[in-house]
Amino acid sequence: MAQVLHLDSVTKSFAPSGRGASPVEALQGVSFELAQGRILGLVGPDAAGKTTLLRICAGLVEPDAGTVEVLGHPVAAIDRAKVGYMPQGGALYSELSVAQNLALYARLRGLAPVLYEERIAHLLRLTGLADFTKRAAGRLSGGMRQKLAMACAVAAAPPLMLLDEPSVGVDPLSRREIWQLARELAGPETAIVWATSVLEDAEQCDEILVLHEGRRVHYGPPEGLARFAAGRCWSRAAAPAMRRAVLRSALEHPGTIAGRIDGGEVRVALRSAADQPPSTDGTQWRSRRPHADDGFAWLLDDGSVLGPSAVAAGFAEVQPAPGDPPAIEALSLTKRYGDFVAAREVSFTVAPGEVFGLLGPNGAGKSTTFRMLCGLAKPSAGTGRVAGYDLTTAAAEVRQALGYMPQKFSLYADLTLAANLRFVAGAYGLTGGTAREAIERAVENLALGPFWKLGSGTLPLGVKQRLALAAAVLHGPRVLFLDEPTSGIDPLARREFWHHINAIAARGVAVLVTTHFMDEAEMCDRLLLISQAEPIAHGTPDELKQQAVAKRTAGATLEDAFIALIADQRERRALAETARAA
Amino acid sequence: MTRLDPRGGAFAILIKEWAQIWRDPSTIGLVVVLPLLLMFLFGSAVSLDTSATRTGLVDRDRSAASRDLAATFARNRYFAVTEMVEIAPLRQALLEDRVRGIVVIPEGFGAGLAAGKPRDIQVITDGAQPNTAAFVAGHARGLLAQWSAARLAERGAVAVAPLTLNPRYRYNPGLQSRYTLVPGAIAIVMAMIGTMLTALIMAREYERGTMEGLLASPVSIPALVAAKVLPYFVLGLASTAVCVAVAVLAYDLPFKGSFPALLLISSTFLAAVLGQGLLISAATRSQFVSTQFALLSGFMPSLLLSGFLFEIDSMPVAIQYISYIVPARYLIPSLQSVFLVGDLWAMFLPNAAIMLGIGGFFFYRVTRSIGRTIA
Repeated sequence: MAQVLHLDSVTKSFAPSGRGASPVEALQGVSFELAQGRILGLVGPDAAGKTTLLRICAGLVEPDAGTVEVLGHPVAAIDRAKVGYMPQGGALYSELSVAQNLALYARLRGLAPVLYEERIAHLLRLTGLADFTKRAAGRLSGGMRQKLAMACAVAAAPPLMLLDEPSVGVDPLSRREIWQLARELAGPETAIVWATSVLEDAEQCDEILVLHEGRRVHYGPPEGLARFAAGRCWSRAAAPAMRRAVLRSALEHPGTIAGRIDGGEVRVALRSAADQPPSTDGTQWRSRRPHADDGFAWLLDDGSVLGPSAVAAGFAEVQPAPGDPPAIEALSLTKRYGDFVAAREVSFTVAPGEVFGLLGPNGAGKSTTFRMLCGLAKPSAGTGRVAGYDLTTAAAEVRQALGYMPQKFSLYADLTLAANLRFVAGAYGLTGGTAREAIERAVENLALGPFWKLGSGTLPLGVKQRLALAAAVLHGPRVLFLDEPTSGIDPLARREFWHHINAIAARGVAVLVTTHFMDEAEMCDRLLLISQAEPIAHGTPDELKQQAVAKRTAGATLEDAFIALIADQRERRALAETARAA
Repeated sequence: MTRLDPRGGAFAILIKEWAQIWRDPSTIGLVVVLPLLLMFLFGSAVSLDTSATRTGLVDRDRSAASRDLAATFARNRYFAVTEMVEIAPLRQALLEDRVRGIVVIPEGFGAGLAAGKPRDIQVITDGAQPNTAAFVAGHARGLLAQWSAARLAERGAVAVAPLTLNPRYRYNPGLQSRYTLVPGAIAIVMAMIGTMLTALIMAREYERGTMEGLLASPVSIPALVAAKVLPYFVLGLASTAVCVAVAVLAYDLPFKGSFPALLLISSTFLAAVLGQGLLISAATRSQFVSTQFALLSGFMPSLLLSGFLFEIDSMPVAIQYISYIVPARYLIPSLQSVFLVGDLWAMFLPNAAIMLGIGGFFFYRVTRSIGRTIA
């Protein structure tokens, strides 16, 4: 088997990004090789060096030291037509149509003219985009865009595919489709490098290379990852209402490095195999087989210990009484843009202290529903109440009453962390001493002190996310809206983030969250699944799984349920359309 | 494996640029509307000619001679006369800039003339606006000289004719400033549009992350740059055509040269300014900064250092040297010649060569600045 990629001791550092910053050691002596027909998963948290490594393989970044051979040649002399590189985000021209993007990249990457027609038709068929050739790439859903980007990158059928986070920010169904597409696009001799921060991807690969802070911390088959956590995984049953509390106290145990809710159980991974999770209420922890994510958590462990959330301590504890009105109420919310219905008759309620999850494929209408409830979009029909204020008549009060964390970092990148927080305090009407106290408390509680004077744009993603949380809770809201709050951040930061959210909810704050991560969906008390603008399933995570099993043969996980329920809805919609056409 | 034709890729970029331009109406606006707007602004609003000056007149004499003189003032095309009985309201008007000067015909003017002891005419002007003041005084003096000569002639007396100068303004017989301003305005418009068009295009690729897709392809950097810039070159020429049409149709400029000459000088100039915008774009990699910089570096030097408003010969020597790198400096004289004189190849060819050289330099710098790597 010929080696497609051969990297030996590759090192790269970048000049400091701003005043006071130190040079970034992006890669430190990374070596690997990749044979024909194999898939290598490049796994690591944000800023681990994945993109730099891919760019080096594509000849877009010169390493400081080490050798890089692509298809048997030094990288400086590679034939770029033989490398299909998909940059992060896809490098699509959003105002150009699907067909125009494909045509551009096919020619750009040197697809021979005689093969052109056939290849384009083939790509359109595989991506399922044949019906959308005239649509602007910017108006495709997230999953479709990623498929188009991948088709563009490999238009000329190169023997090497370098894919930079092709599955970032997409729902589980699209993720499966993207993987299927990649396998169909690759010939039997095509080698793939697949960069990802999501472990579900890693399990699909032939071998994985785990990068952490520019260093190779693991290289081998994905099964090997789980072994790092052997003898360190435990789980116990817990009643639905108690699960988050049990998880919270387990995570505050000094020896715990990861924890999540898994079906009816709380599951943790420990730092040491000699340790045991503490039993608080007499229920026994039982030893479990380790999974890849446990091993990953063990590899990335920085020795930190989660204490009780100080952010949550800043919230007054309000015990919800049975007769209390819901904190969030959606009443047949509908949003139309011309003929297009973005959300149809969405209704649900969230009680104080409840964590409620909105799930659904990209473009299903989650964000639209979310924006209507935040007072950022006016409902076409229906109404809702947030913290007692009516959406249609008191949108300004609604915005004042809630804390909002948007999908993208939406604070000012060119202001310092301090200036951003002062601005947010002012925007929420906090002044003088009150504002100063609120800011000091948030900075101390979220350990933002060391970054106080730094430009927000240059902060690591995890810190940015803590800053966004600080901004959202500065005015002590009783309702919290989180729109894909953890997209792209590493497991450690996600664990800490959810630790705060769980503790805040325990103080009686209502939390509405959208997410593509099923482990986060498991944290929610109740879920609403939206597909093609319609609410299709509603209930606790367990109830959703049961609904899915009742409809069709589905696996036991929440991801299986998600996919089964959506497939079912799409089939029904398609049948209805055929019936109407006939 | 056959060797793949790199021209295919460059051609694909070219098609893509056209598609993007087509989808974005603001580009068309920039190419058609902005030249129209600027041409009418420079052609109509900016004028170095003085038309009728608002002037007050007080006739204290009210004799036949003084009435005749007042009528002569009123007929003259350089004066728009407002006659008043008293001087006081005119003084106020001068203060408020409603008139630029006041002519006072004194009592006994007619009688003095008849007696051969003419009395002086007073002209009051606003010294705070020296150009206008000198203009009013000068024209009044000329008018008075003509008027007295005519009166003497009427009476049969042979006027003692002073020596007169008989100037001929070649190429612009009416000495209309529009004839020189409009070609200059075309240069300013082209410089602005040229730099603006390309200032955005590279920065946009970097900002949207699509540059990575282009760099990772087998297309060579010079081919990439050429393919990206060619559509904007065509658009720039379209803009020039709009400007020339306005100049000839709306402002009645003669077009004494030939189209090949116009094409040569305008395309070499476009090469220079498009290259300038491209370099800014590639160097800043940010659309916002790039636009600011393009506007500043495209517009200001072309306006101030090209000889459009201020003659280069009267600038300080150091500034004269700086003006050598302003492409508009080479375009404006050529353009003026094409309109007013005809084809002066001896002037066009060296100017075209210099502008092409500037363009070539920018093009080379752009390819170096892009390099082959993204970071």
